[in-house]
Amino acid sequence: MTKAMLWIKLKRVIRTGFFNFWRNGTVSLASVLVMMVALTVMGSIFIGKAVLDTSLAELSSRIDINVTFTTSASEEDILEVKHSLESLPEVLLVNYVTRQEALDAFKERHAGDQSILTALDELGENPLGAVLNIKARDPSQYASVAEFLESDNALSSSGITIVDRVNYFQNKVAIDRLTQIISSADKLAFAATLFFAIVSILIAFNTIRLTIYIARDEISVMRLVGASTTYIQGPFVVVGIIYGLVAALITVIIFLPITYWLGSTTETFFGGFNVFSYYLRNFLEIAFIIFGSGVVIGAISSLLAIRKYLKI
Amino acid sequence: MIFFDRVSKVYPDSSVALEDVSFTIEPNEFISIVGPSGAGKTTLLKLFLAEDKPSSGSIFYQDNNVQNFDKKEINDFRRKIGMIFQDFRLLPNKTVYENIAFTMEAAGRTDEDIESDVPHVLELVDLVNKAWNFPKELSGGEQQRVAIARALVNEPDVIIADEPTGNLDPINTYDVVQILKKINDMGTTVILTTHNKGIIDSLNRRVVVLENGRIVRDDKTGKYFA
Repeated sequence: MTKAMLWIKLKRVIRTGFFNFWRNGTVSLASVLVMMVALTVMGSIFIGKAVLDTSLAELSSRIDINVTFTTSASEEDILEVKHSLESLPEVLLVNYVTRQEALDAFKERHAGDQSILTALDELGENPLGAVLNIKARDPSQYASVAEFLESDNALSSSGITIVDRVNYFQNKVAIDRLTQIISSADKLAFAATLFFAIVSILIAFNTIRLTIYIARDEISVMRLVGASTTYIQGPFVVVGIIYGLVAALITVIIFLPITYWLGSTTETFFGGFNVFSYYLRNFLEIAFIIFGSGVVIGAISSLLAIRKYLKI
Repeated sequence: MIFFDRVSKVYPDSSVALEDVSFTIEPNEFISIVGPSGAGKTTLLKLFLAEDKPSSGSIFYQDNNVQNFDKKEINDFRRKIGMIFQDFRLLPNKTVYENIAFTMEAAGRTDEDIESDVPHVLELVDLVNKAWNFPKELSGGEQQRVAIARALVNEPDVIIADEPTGNLDPINTYDVVQILKKINDMGTTVILTTHNKGIIDSLNRRVVVLENGRIVRDDKTGKYFA
């Protein structure tokens, strides 16, 4: 086939595809809507994953353990413990709160409670110990950090323990449960993503298969007038791609009001994560995924579905 | 031109559609194949168009065995055959003009050819003023004339008309038969299957009678004996 003929054929295939899309109005509308649902599910999965990731990260960052030292512990000893904690691979950050800072924070927290402040004054000296606030890289690592604190390293050089209490042991149940929730939420999200992606692809595929099933007699007529496989397939693939493109366009547009509407809700609920600003920030990437999925699902579904009717 | 050499077709449920059928069709012949339903007429045409393979025997078209054609050769071969069906089988989403143009497009003809030939065949079947209508907007007779125009437009060597008048009233039947005769007069071989006694008797051309998958009669200028 010459290049000119190839070009003419391509032009005819695309033109026929557009005509078929337009003339089969109802079928096209139905297919576009189904495809739109599929693409909306995919887009939601993508955004949902971002919401989950951010909120899980937020949740993880809120877990920490506090080591409260005895009031008699010297700053030098405390800094030594801080130093050895920082050398642990599991530890991300250690924050040192001096006795004075602890007291200031305490006073500020109870600024409205006169009786507590009076009691403090009567006491005359600072009853609070210094605190090391420890964040691990991963919530599951707190146990080993706590274990480390239990060991000899937590003792001062003179052999007297300087650690008053480690709040990990009080919060252990809560931390463990949170760790478990985070890891299972991750797994669940992955399974759900996979499941919904597959289901929506299958639904879109099936719809396109039905539109081609409607045209099966037409396909056999085309065969009998001697049309080649590619010449018959071509317009169906074009129609499939148009379904994908139109559905993607609508999906991308309706995500604007939906994420806008959800934006403030998610911001309060998920600790500062606004889906609307996330959507706008990642618009190109999300649009690319939605358009890409639409075109690929449309084209491949058409190609696969039509094969059955081309055997004559 | 066309030669059926001891062709048999047995379907997987062991029903015999054709049994040891042999006959030859010469160029420019007008041949009618008649017989009751289930006699094997449709099977015969399907085998000829390579839609199905015979269980034994061979079918030759211009000395080539149809069963040995590869996919591309089948497409090229079908473009030399014009098909007309009882149920018209037009493409419902294409206008009359586009239905006819499609056949030419499929054969790889240029846009210039299409623009000059389609109006010409539309004139031949007297449908110039319906060119931009869709098939559902036409009567049965008009639809069948579109189908004939479509079959003709690539100037085929053979026209196969499978019960072309089965769904038509007597007036439209007459028109269709007249057009087929005209096509044959212009030099195209016509293969017609029908149960219509009136058509066969008025044509006064060759008749092959099939019964239970066998040829029971082959007359040069036959009449229809039921």
